[in-house]
Amino acid sequence: MGRYIVRRLIWVVFVLLVITFISYMIFFVMPATDPAVIFAGRQPTPELVAEVRHQFGLDHPWPVQYALFVKRIFLGDQYGWPGLGFSFNTRSELKPIIFSRMLVTIQLAFGAAVVWLLIGIPIGILSALKPRSVFDRMAMGFALFGVSAPVFFLGPLFLYLFWFKLGVLPGSGYYAIGVYGIGPWFSHFIMPWIVLALLFAAFYARMTRANLIETMGQDYIRTARAKGLSERTVVLKHGLRASLTPVVTMFGLDLGGLLGGAIITETVFNLPGIGAYAIKSVGSGDLYAILDITIIAGFFITFMNLVVDVLYAFLDPRVRYT
Amino acid sequence: MPEPLLDVRDLRVHFPTDDGLVKAVDGVTFSIMPGETLGVVGESGSGKSVSFLTVMGLITAREARIQGEVIFEGVDLVKLPKDEMRNVRGLKIGMVFQDPMTSLHPFYKVGDQIAEAILAHRKIGKKEAMDQAIDMLERVGIPRPDERVRQYPHEFSGGMRQRAMIAMALSLNPDLLIADEPTTALDVTVQAQILGLIDRLKQEFNASVVIITHDLGVVAEHCDNIQVMYAGKAVEYGYARDIYYDADHPYTWGLLQSIARVDAPRTERLKPIKGLPPSLIFVPPGCPFHPRCPYVFDRCRTEVPQLLPVDGHHASACHLSLEDKERIFKEEVMMHQ
Repeated sequence: MGRYIVRRLIWVVFVLLVITFISYMIFFVMPATDPAVIFAGRQPTPELVAEVRHQFGLDHPWPVQYALFVKRIFLGDQYGWPGLGFSFNTRSELKPIIFSRMLVTIQLAFGAAVVWLLIGIPIGILSALKPRSVFDRMAMGFALFGVSAPVFFLGPLFLYLFWFKLGVLPGSGYYAIGVYGIGPWFSHFIMPWIVLALLFAAFYARMTRANLIETMGQDYIRTARAKGLSERTVVLKHGLRASLTPVVTMFGLDLGGLLGGAIITETVFNLPGIGAYAIKSVGSGDLYAILDITIIAGFFITFMNLVVDVLYAFLDPRVRYT
Repeated sequence: MPEPLLDVRDLRVHFPTDDGLVKAVDGVTFSIMPGETLGVVGESGSGKSVSFLTVMGLITAREARIQGEVIFEGVDLVKLPKDEMRNVRGLKIGMVFQDPMTSLHPFYKVGDQIAEAILAHRKIGKKEAMDQAIDMLERVGIPRPDERVRQYPHEFSGGMRQRAMIAMALSLNPDLLIADEPTTALDVTVQAQILGLIDRLKQEFNASVVIITHDLGVVAEHCDNIQVMYAGKAVEYGYARDIYYDADHPYTWGLLQSIARVDAPRTERLKPIKGLPPSLIFVPPGCPFHPRCPYVFDRCRTEVPQLLPVDGHHASACHLSLEDKERIFKEEVMMHQ
């Protein structure tokens, strides 16, 4: 198991290298516009462009630039470790910006994850226990709605209803818990959490339902009943345990994906998260920021993959890694 | 005459489906005495498993229609409320299933699964239940049971898993053990061990046993009585020796002739029963076996034969006259045994 994890971690590093290389090729070697030209302002003199280019380190051949970039990531730069570079727009260090934006995205993602698990899994269980019942049909109708309704539709709809019309919830924006206290923080996060969670909740309800229905037809469920266990124990201990393993896999990957930025939700609710920052950076050609975010997103996805695989070995005793 | 332990009377289990009413069990009557071993033999779809899943209250399809009586120790299990039925399952009646590979939960340790059965019915501590689980594993012949309890089902071989299933089913010392094709999924060498084990434990635990099988050859020496089932009905019932040496039903003859024997001449071919088991929705009129029966005559096509006593204990449901049956059995069936 230990050796397996080490091998997988090496693999994570390798995947990240590939991701940085590809992003680097896209954004640095063939950028839409030369960042130095953008920065140098209107009607730049060739001298000024060359000066900016030198300051940004863009005058080296591209393999050297890439090597320097990778070196800074792993060994740190003038701002310390990890070397996330500086912004071409503000010429300031990127690390504090990225970290503070990460924090917002983490709050959004984990909060939404709690909401979608609390909605999706119980609905899935209840639906599975009474398939084709009125509740099941209503729940699966809701699931279809959740899967179909995009965040950029639900988000403004929620804002219109609960903020503008009913006035029960405050509008968009990020109110840090450390500055504004728990009340404003929570009330401003409720809508983004729910809107982001609805899509996932729908998927999770359907997946839990399908898995549990399949599991309840297994021979070992009949054995559990033959022992004289209560139906509650049969479902929750024997049925759910086996049907939740695929859900755990899905959960890890979804959470990993979200930690790389929930672009639309962050934009709709005006949350300064990493996804919103990615959009902003792409718009302004802030290449180091784009690369940093790409790497962070890639890291979360590959790392959560590893977490899920390791977790699987604990959940399913038949799985053993060597 | 002692009271029967289990008395099933005119049991019918029907499932409405989109294609029609499936009559999985259609009027079965039998009883089991304390200490008796009953073999229930028939092809797939003969209703043998469904009958005993009904006895256990394990028919979970909500649309299932169950009629008749299942009197167990004086109580009709068909009418018993769900929570009281739970005190019968596992505690009074234990059940072992066909495929030990899939019948144990893959995520829980074998010991925990046995202890769970004990804890469901006894108010004792977890430690004590685990000790009993170890004791049970030892009694079913699993070596190093104190280590084995901590293992998962996938670390057990097929035969060992079936032993663990038997340990689980007997852990509360039930009065009746139902073994549904307990050896079908196992190697031939292991089959004999498992049946021997059931025989031995039956004595130790002083229980009655039902062995459900499709192979008349397997249960011969392990059963007191044998009931042959076809298309949801019992077609022949009697002492094991009646079934093997004096069978009265053409279907039973077919089953006897399809037992593979090592001592048969090499030139002799197995004689399978021709045709397929009937649809349980459109059961043939008259005797359900008549389309496959080589001795069919007019009466078989219209009149359902009743399970009538041939001599006291031995009963069969066939329109052939006793003389014809004895002649055919001697001349055609025994010849090949």
